[in-house]
Amino acid sequence: MNVSEIIKPENQVFCKTKLMTDATLSYCPGCGHGTAHNLTMEVIDEMGIVADTIGVAPVGCSVLAYDFMNIDMTQAAHGRAPAVATAISRLWPNKYVFTYQGDGDLAAIGTAETIHACNRGENIVVIFVNNGIYGMTGGQMAPTTLSGMPTSTSPYGRDVKTMGSPIKMTELVANLPGVYFATRHAVHTHKHARKAKKAIQKAFENTRLKKGVSFVEIVSNCNSGWKMTPLESNQWMVDNMFPYYPLGDIKVDGVLK
Amino acid sequence: MAKVNGAIVVDIETCKGCDLCVPVCAENVISMSTEVNRKGYHYAYMSNPEACNGCTNCAVVCPDRAITVYRVKVAG
Repeated sequence: MNVSEIIKPENQVFCKTKLMTDATLSYCPGCGHGTAHNLTMEVIDEMGIVADTIGVAPVGCSVLAYDFMNIDMTQAAHGRAPAVATAISRLWPNKYVFTYQGDGDLAAIGTAETIHACNRGENIVVIFVNNGIYGMTGGQMAPTTLSGMPTSTSPYGRDVKTMGSPIKMTELVANLPGVYFATRHAVHTHKHARKAKKAIQKAFENTRLKKGVSFVEIVSNCNSGWKMTPLESNQWMVDNMFPYYPLGDIKVDGVLK
Repeated sequence: MAKVNGAIVVDIETCKGCDLCVPVCAENVISMSTEVNRKGYHYAYMSNPEACNGCTNCAVVCPDRAITVYRVKVAG
């Protein structure tokens, strides 16, 4: 069958969601942020909740998320997205409120806001993209940087004796009673991306049921920060990030796994 | 049994040439072009269009959603 016979509007099975704007994503080629953005918007589109959803963008690589996500969004000071989301969800209790944060935002400067929002059990979704580095500012060491991992501020690798161990935020917040759902996923292959999308959908369904915080971590690559090609960085992520940050559900329906 | 034929359309100017779509294609349909787009990226294209079955794996993994997928069932 000729390709031109297949490429017809009635045969279309997948295209970019209309909830992503036409703006070119500012992310590096192969960055997991783009997939995470698109999966989130696809879930909101498929659930038909676009009119009731409010997003909070962080500071970091995804600071311009409001330019790419074609929904109601605001932008918070560095690390304060969960606090801003708290205010929004309390003022509009029937809205779906989510934050989209990186590890420098959520696990470093915003640790207090994250932990206390989770402890209060605010009815929000937190999407946490963990690439183990400060990507936007030039690849500095983040709290999530792996032991021995070289970065621009730890050129000989992270020394856990002086710099502490990488922080597992999802396991940490899963122990708080306000967190109803905590899970860790990746988006580097189609299988992982589809699983991540289901987890994001479950998170928004928890918001509908007013269950508290749903915390979805997405382990991602940072090929520019790690100084690798996109495919090399994904392989490095599989070999090094996944053993320390194992994928899977950590808390489901308020019960630790 | 019905056979499935697929095809992809790559938005050449959106593609950043990251290669992620190439290994996820079980049918080895996609290759990276030797030509570049206006930003200088080698964009993805269907080098083996007959094998495409429209599984959407490439589109799901594309960070920039540069790929649109079409699929049609044919009797045979």
